Amino acid sequence: MCRLSAITSSDYFSPMENIHALETMKEGHDGSGLGLMLKDLGGPFAEFKSFPVLSAVCSNKGLRDLEEYMKAHGFKEKFTWAPSIKNVPGIERREHYIAKVYDYPESYRDKPMGEKEDLLMNTRLALRCMGEPDGSLFVFSFYPDVLTLKEVGDPLQVGEFFGLEKSDVKSKVVLAQGRQNTNYAIYLYACHPFFIQGYGTMTNGENTAFVPIREFLMGRGNPGYMGYNSDSEVFTHIMHYTNRTLGYPLPYYKDIITPMKDSEIAGRSDAPALKLLKKSLRPLCIDGPNCVIGFTPDGTVFMVQDSKKLRPGIVGGKTGKYALMSEVCGVDSAVPDRDKSTDIFPMKYDMVIIAPGAREVKVWNQLHG
Amino acid sequence: MESAARLDQNHQLSIKEFPYIIKWREDRCTRCGRCTAVCPVKAIEPAVNTQRTVTSEGSSPEPKVTRRLTHVVKQSMEIERYCIGCGSCALVCPTEAIFPEYNFQHKFYHFKNKGGIPYMRGGRRNDPSVSTLDKLKFTRISMLTDPALDAGRHEFRIRTLLGRNLPAEHLPIRVEGGKLITIPGSFVPPVREIYPIRIGSMSIGALSPHMWEGLAMGITYLNEVEGLPVVMCSGEGGLPPSILKSRYLKYFIIQIASGYFGWDEIIRALPDMIEDPCAIEIKYGQGAKPGDGGLLQAYKVLGLISKIRGVPQFIDLASPPTHQTKYSIEEAVAKMIQSMSMAWGFRVPVYPKISGTKTARAVLNNLARNPYAAALCIDGEDGGTGAAYNVSMDKMGHPIASNIRDCYLDLVKQGKQNELPLIAAGGVGKGGNLAANAAALIMLGASAVDIGKYIMQTAAGCFGDEYNRCNVCNLGKCPRGITTQDPKLYRRLDPDKVAERVVEVFKAADVELKKIFAPLGRSTELPIGMSDALGVADKDIADRLSISYVC
Ligand code: SF4
Ligand code: SF4
Repeated sequence: MCRLSAITSSDYFSPMENIHALETMKEGHDGSGLGLMLKDLGGPFAEFKSFPVLSAVCSNKGLRDLEEYMKAHGFKEKFTWAPSIKNVPGIERREHYIAKVYDYPESYRDKPMGEKEDLLMNTRLALRCMGEPDGSLFVFSFYPDVLTLKEVGDPLQVGEFFGLEKSDVKSKVVLAQGRQNTNYAIYLYACHPFFIQGYGTMTNGENTAFVPIREFLMGRGNPGYMGYNSDSEVFTHIMHYTNRTLGYPLPYYKDIITPMKDSEIAGRSDAPALKLLKKSLRPLCIDGPNCVIGFTPDGTVFMVQDSKKLRPGIVGGKTGKYALMSEVCGVDSAVPDRDKSTDIFPMKYDMVIIAPGAREVKVWNQLHG
Repeated sequence: MESAARLDQNHQLSIKEFPYIIKWREDRCTRCGRCTAVCPVKAIEPAVNTQRTVTSEGSSPEPKVTRRLTHVVKQSMEIERYCIGCGSCALVCPTEAIFPEYNFQHKFYHFKNKGGIPYMRGGRRNDPSVSTLDKLKFTRISMLTDPALDAGRHEFRIRTLLGRNLPAEHLPIRVEGGKLITIPGSFVPPVREIYPIRIGSMSIGALSPHMWEGLAMGITYLNEVEGLPVVMCSGEGGLPPSILKSRYLKYFIIQIASGYFGWDEIIRALPDMIEDPCAIEIKYGQGAKPGDGGLLQAYKVLGLISKIRGVPQFIDLASPPTHQTKYSIEEAVAKMIQSMSMAWGFRVPVYPKISGTKTARAVLNNLARNPYAAALCIDGEDGGTGAAYNVSMDKMGHPIASNIRDCYLDLVKQGKQNELPLIAAGGVGKGGNLAANAAALIMLGASAVDIGKYIMQTAAGCFGDEYNRCNVCNLGKCPRGITTQDPKLYRRLDPDKVAERVVEVFKAADVELKKIFAPLGRSTELPIGMSDALGVADKDIADRLSISYVC
């Protein structure tokens, strides 16, 4: 079972805090990989808030291809950041780990955000297609104010490998996953967190309904609904589909992945609409076991459980800083000086929502809507 | 040796030509006559044999001939009176003196076309081999990486949707105050939540009144007492007025077929209906006899049936192979769906049923574009029938597994797999594995399955099988009283017992479905299209169905 560690804060903090939290939950992961997704970036990225950041791992050839492609498509490079790699035994170093900040092509500068987002996604997909066959280029995210780092290995060692302890890269939201490998070969595109157009999620569990969900998403006509090297990638896409494409408010995500019984729906004020959703989005029901943690484009962070709550998950913290973790020891590590009596263990009907700024935690209950 | 030309019996059939050979034990038989009386086809008769005995007493041979008359049970050698192997004789025999034995070497088909009339019968395809459905197994078992569910402890929701599901993009809803609200006045197609195993179309003329009543009572009990929303289809030929005007109508799917039998009554009852039917099924084809219309032979067109169907007694009721008033698929499907929908004010799902065919995808694609089409039911070659030519049953049709799979994957390509439910029929439970066959079809892409022969066998003890046992459903001579309109025969069948078995069968299948779904980790929604759970030890089948090959 993988371990999840997310922190949302009003101040910038280092992703090492997440990694230390993962370290406390060590029994739960086998050190087979670390995925970090940072949102609301500080440090060297602070001045580029509105410009998209491309996060990639590549070989020399991949880097050349990437740069050529971006140039040919009118993207202007504004800044490049690369972690200062420190060789660590057991971690096989690839040629480049980069995060490049670009300015949009001329023709897109005044376009609405929606169109820009489509351009960014299509660019990411094109680069992925170029680099996937020979493994020369992996692109994880391309979006303003979001940075992704992934590598195979023990989380603490990967943090050391990326030199994060001393790095000036900070952010206000971090998703981190310590991987428990369930497939022998570890493929970077199969590592959480997953990203699409401002939405990032990571999951702990096994998605038994993966195939029907994948087939349903792939039929939505969105080229971004692809990949699926991990059965958990669908959780990111379901969030994107319901919140962005269909325009449903955030809590409906819970209603879609874990629909209630008709008798329960009847108690909700929006029952007529819910009944329709339950039928039309029936293939997106997950059946569990899963705990999903993620963020939306505005920086809201959430946690939801499957309908039987078959996975652990806890939220705790204090005003200005909250941790959403698989286990309580992770929260203890991230926010030790909190009032533990206010810790929240989201149950099967709950969706925990923390707005940007981490002022307070809201527990939305599916029964009451 | 006598020349063959003069052999008196030369133009008669020998016992070895017959599919069933009666084994009768003279030593056990008490000559009660029950077997010959019960035989539905007069294949056996009492006969008198002379027995010549030569005895000799004393020390030197003094042969003495005595002739004795004995009563025997004799099997007829007339092809019209061939033993159908039903076993009724064995059933009634008090001393186990008689039973039919299947003859693998029979040449029955060579001769059963007397008078230039091809062999007609009821039943199913005579293919006793293991069906594709029975070869499929469930190979994705949740082990350690995720906790498997407990069929006895966790809550399961085994339900399916019958009706056109709007794509989410077209739902009449909008956001108001952070909540979704429905936009009043917009049309949302009717969708029913039903149990994924249905009792498929069997008409109230094909079935006896007692059989029909038993099924109807069974599903009503399942709905009202057990909470299992099992529905059944009327078949062509209407419904009794007592059902049409009752609150139970909601458990029935009314079928309209090319003969429109029974529809006068239905239309007349419309103003008095207090419930809508579950759905309307438009029959374009039947898996057991593709290309043929419905057929109710004169033997079965008696009192009640002639009344419900609005026809005279004792005439063959043949429905044309196609709906005669329509000349193209667009016409047929679109107009029929439209008119049926209108009759119930667009409150009832209307869908077509076709026989399994290579052209199913063309029909499907037409339906996918028709926003009023509520589903597509495909009836595979292993479906049953009350009456058809043997050649249609044995040699025509398309297996259901690949037909359903192709159609489902076509819908997936269009992103419409949740909009248009597929219903699979034909051979479900053929080998007795109802839940496993249903689950396999669901994982291949079906939203629901239909059963027919299976429920006749399990609930009423139908003798029929794939060795052509019995299968005289067309003649009105059903020895079990299932498919006959002869009161002397159907009085044998107790509707209460049938209903009881229907309930037992569905309750057991429900437990088995949970047993299958739980280890796959599915409990809330039906695993429609969850093909990664299936495996088969036959590479060709695996490739054809796009599932994994296991060995
Ligand atoms: S098996 Fe059936 S058809 Fe054959 S002799 Fe017995 S009762 Fe008659
Ligand atoms: S028992 Fe009745 S229904 Fe069954 S095969 Fe014989 S005639 Fe047909």
